Parts: sequence; C-alpha cells; structure tokens
Amino acid sequence: MTGQTISEKILSAKSGGSARAGDVVVCDVDLVLGTDASAPMAIGYFDRMGGTRVHDASRVVFALDHYSPPTSPATKGFHEQVRAFAAKHGVRVYEVGEGISHQIAVERGLARPGMLIVGADSHTVTCGATNAFATGVGSSDLAAAMLTGQLWFRVPQTVRVVLDGARPTGVAAKDVALAMVATLGADGAEYHALEFTGPGAAGFSFDDRLVLSNLAVEAGAKAAVWEADAVLGAHLAHFSDRGEPVAADRNARYAREVVFDLASLVPTVAAPHSPENAVPILRASGTPIHMVFLGTCTGGRVADYHEALAVLERGGGRVANGVQLVVTPASSEVERQLAADGTLGKLARMGATITMPGCGACCGTSGVVPGDGMNVLSTANRNFKARMGNATASIYLASPAACAAAALTGRITDPRSVGVA
Amino acid sequence: MNDHRGHARRVGDNVNTDYIIASTRKKETLDENVLKRYLFEAIDPAFAGSVRTGDVLVAGTNFGCGSAMEVAATVVLAAGIPIVLARSFARSFYRNAINNGLLPIECDTSDILEGDMISLSTDVAGTTILNERSGRRETRPPLDGIAGDILAAGGLVPYLRREGRFVRAEDSAS
Repeated sequence: MTGQTISEKILSAKSGGSARAGDVVVCDVDLVLGTDASAPMAIGYFDRMGGTRVHDASRVVFALDHYSPPTSPATKGFHEQVRAFAAKHGVRVYEVGEGISHQIAVERGLARPGMLIVGADSHTVTCGATNAFATGVGSSDLAAAMLTGQLWFRVPQTVRVVLDGARPTGVAAKDVALAMVATLGADGAEYHALEFTGPGAAGFSFDDRLVLSNLAVEAGAKAAVWEADAVLGAHLAHFSDRGEPVAADRNARYAREVVFDLASLVPTVAAPHSPENAVPILRASGTPIHMVFLGTCTGGRVADYHEALAVLERGGGRVANGVQLVVTPASSEVERQLAADGTLGKLARMGATITMPGCGACCGTSGVVPGDGMNVLSTANRNFKARMGNATASIYLASPAACAAAALTGRITDPRSVGVA
Repeated sequence: MNDHRGHARRVGDNVNTDYIIASTRKKETLDENVLKRYLFEAIDPAFAGSVRTGDVLVAGTNFGCGSAMEVAATVVLAAGIPIVLARSFARSFYRNAINNGLLPIECDTSDILEGDMISLSTDVAGTTILNERSGRRETRPPLDGIAGDILAAGGLVPYLRREGRFVRAEDSAS
C-alpha cells in the first residue's frame, strides 16, 4: 500500500481515520491563532453562529500584532473587542508589542511537531517549520474552529521540495525562498502542501526554515512542512512539550518533486509588484532606494538583524542620505535579545527608526508609510502595489543583508560587494 | 443560487486580496457597505463606481491570493456581485467565498471580456456558464462534500446554526 506524506499523516491523526490526498476530512484542531486584523470579524461570525462558549479556550490564542500600536479609534476599538471576548471566554491574548501571531507560536513553543494549526492570517504557514501542518484561514473558519474545536479540510497533495547541495556564502534563506516562489510561480503550489527535504536541508537553521515556510504561501501553498531533525530538536530543547514528530513514509506519493540546486543560487530581489518577480540582485542593482524596512514574520528575527548589522558595519556604518531605515522586531522577545546584545543600540546610532514589535509597515496597518513615488527595499514577503499603504510606492523584497547594503548606498546593491575593496 | 444573468466585470491573473480591498481600508472599518467604495481601488479606481447589482466578477488564475482576510469576500458580495468565475482560486479566498454564500466557480474564463453578458443555469449536472456574446458554454460539476453543503445552506453561519458541527455526508449516512 502506498505510504503517506507528513501532511496526510497529521490530517489522518487529527481526523481519526486514514486521510489521503483528495479526501475531505473533519479534524480536531490543536492550535487556533487569531489576530487583531482577523479576530474582530471572527467574533462577529461566532456570535451569529450562536456561539456561547469557546470549545477549548486553551487551544486558542489571539495576538494584537497588525495594529501595533493602534493609530486610530477604530483600531483601538478592535483591540478592546478582542480583549473583551478573550476575557469572557478565557482565551490568552498576546498584547500590543508582544509580537506577530506565528512568531509568538514558534518562539513560545505553542507550535510543535505533529500539530494541526490554523490561523486567521495567511502566514500561519510559517509554523510548518516545526513539523506541524499549519495553514491560514479566514475569520469565519476561525470562528468555526473556536466554536466546534474542528475544521474541515480537503487533504492536499504534496510537492516534495528537495534542497540539494550547499548554499554559497552570502546566499540567505530569503534568497532561496524568493527563488522558490519564482520557480513555482504565484500559484504553482495552489491547494498543495510543500514538504522540505534533501541533503541540503540540514544546512538551514530553524530561523531559515521559518523563512521558507513563510514565503511558501506566496506560491499558494496550503502548508509548508519541514521534517523533524536535529535542527528542529535544538529549537524544541527549550520547551518541555516537544510534540510528536511525524515522518513521511518512504513510499509516500507526491504530486511532484522540485529540486533546488542550492549551489546555483545567488542573492535575489523580487521586483514590484509580486513576490514571484524574483531576479538575481545584479539585474536590479543601482535602483534607487528611499526606505529600507527590516522586520516582519519573514525577516524580523534576531539572526536577520545580526546579518543586517554585519553588512552595515562592514560598509562603514553610515546610512546613506535620503534613506530611512525602519526596524520593527517580529516580537518583544526578539527586541529583548537585540537590546541585550547591543544590536538595537548600534542600529539606533546609525539613525534607524526603531518601532514597536509587530507587523509594522508590512501591510500599511501601523508603522511608517512610504511617501509618494518612493522605492522601498524590504525584508517582508509581499510587495503588492499599495501593500504598505501608498499605491505610488514601489516595493522590492530581499534578504536582510541586501536591505542593509541598500541602506548604505541608497540603491539596490549586492551585499557580497559591501566592504570589498 | 440557481439561474443568473449578469454583465462580466473582468480582472486579470493573480489578483490578491489587498487589490480586492486594501488592508489599510480594513483598519478603519469592517463594514462591507462602507468598504465596497474601495473595491479594487489599487488596480481599477473606477470599478467601485461602475459596479452594478448582479454583475459577475470574472478573473484569471489564482484569484484572491495573498492575505486570507475575509472582507475580500464580503465586500464583493456587498457590491452586489453574487458569483465569481475564475480560472483558479487561492484556497483561502475560495473557502471565504463559500462560507459567506458567494459562489466561486472554477472555469475557463479566457474568452470572457468586460461587459459580456454571462448566463448561468444550475441543475443536477452542475452549473452551465454561457457567454452570450461568444456562444461559448461550459458545464462545471456541482460542489460536493462539506463545501457544497455549506454553500447550499447559504454560508457557514446558517450551516453551523443548523448542524452544530462539521458533518461529512458519508458520516451522517452511516
């Protein structure tokens, strides 16, 4: 009999049956994540569904991340609505400034191997780095999961993503992720789960894996699952509950296999207005940049700022005239570590604008909005027109190192060239 | 949704939910009757002013990609659009549409132009989409399983009010 993929195994376990690609299953959900951008609407659905109690409040978490801080009476009102619902039903709220929902889920050990995680935020797929099946849903599905503890799924086919070879020095996880989106296309993984494997996988740190899982949704992936290995084990060592690792069967059936020859990859930039417009950075070099954004659930973790700072220091530590450098840590824990090791102080002395942890400027919901006609280079995951709140701005996406290089020169610059005489 | 006739309103491939309704608009209100003024503002500023009740939205591939925000479905409905035809949908938008009673139909939309009169008729075999200008006709099978049940109930709210939980047809039959 044909074996099962990781996704099929998790959905089997959570549905109490045998889940095969194409089957429709009803699953018990282990973790339900809501945000200030999705929970208010979910509360409305919950009430209209006749909801009086949350099925299992211990499995539900809200994070006030999109409006961090709230900048209007309306956003403040959303926060009050979420807090009131959470208090009534015993749901844990991660407050304004504590961080992005899926970042909190991974760094606090809420996301663990073998879990089924749904979040009313498309980038919930990030949690797939923990060997969990994690997927984004809308507010009505969030409400249904809170009310019933369950959700229905069509079991996805899986694309096996084989990471082969060794990443060259100076090629970041973000570069691999952008190349992956460009190779698959914006809908190349639609309705599919990705499963990362291959001899090169061990060379991806846990934070690197979060980046690849995060960007997977920009190719339409429903989930983006990593295997449980020593790298994941090192992350889980911080927690008492380390989940139940799930491995694919050797004879599992995959929709297809995509092999990435890591040695062939180079620093990459996604040009406006789609993440799939990824090109080698040399093809975009010289493009003027007016705002550099270091942050988000893609590029707002400790290692990202260390990489950016290393490039900034190597290049003399002066942000170019006319460039605004914006720093928004993905969580308060990231912020705490960066403050403790001096990174934030150094960035501030270089003139960076350091904002409260959260989603920040990524989708124009809080933080700095680019000016008319400005070009932005960002560590984020989306560069849709108007995404950051100004339809006349052009957003480019790249690694933290490439963003730092642009902050030094005021134009898109190969970070490998910084500090090289 | 049984039979329907409406003018095609054409958008392209990879229209993301931020293009349907901007995240920056959603932060001021979730009222779809207010938000509908900004429908597709980033890609077609004239759209919201010209959309008519009963129009049929026609898209290319990967409609509704990006953010899973559900206002992207409710705002389309509030603008009077009951049906979206697309070559393919992003899964989160597809679920959100069904959950709110907005009918998403995957079909070949390549020959449909802005303003074409589209007629849809539904029977046991599925929904037949006719482009009255070109004469092209395609029948798509009915949505099956829980998704079909949710759509038939008029959305996830009436479905769960009735059922109390998600029920697979094969489970309820046994």
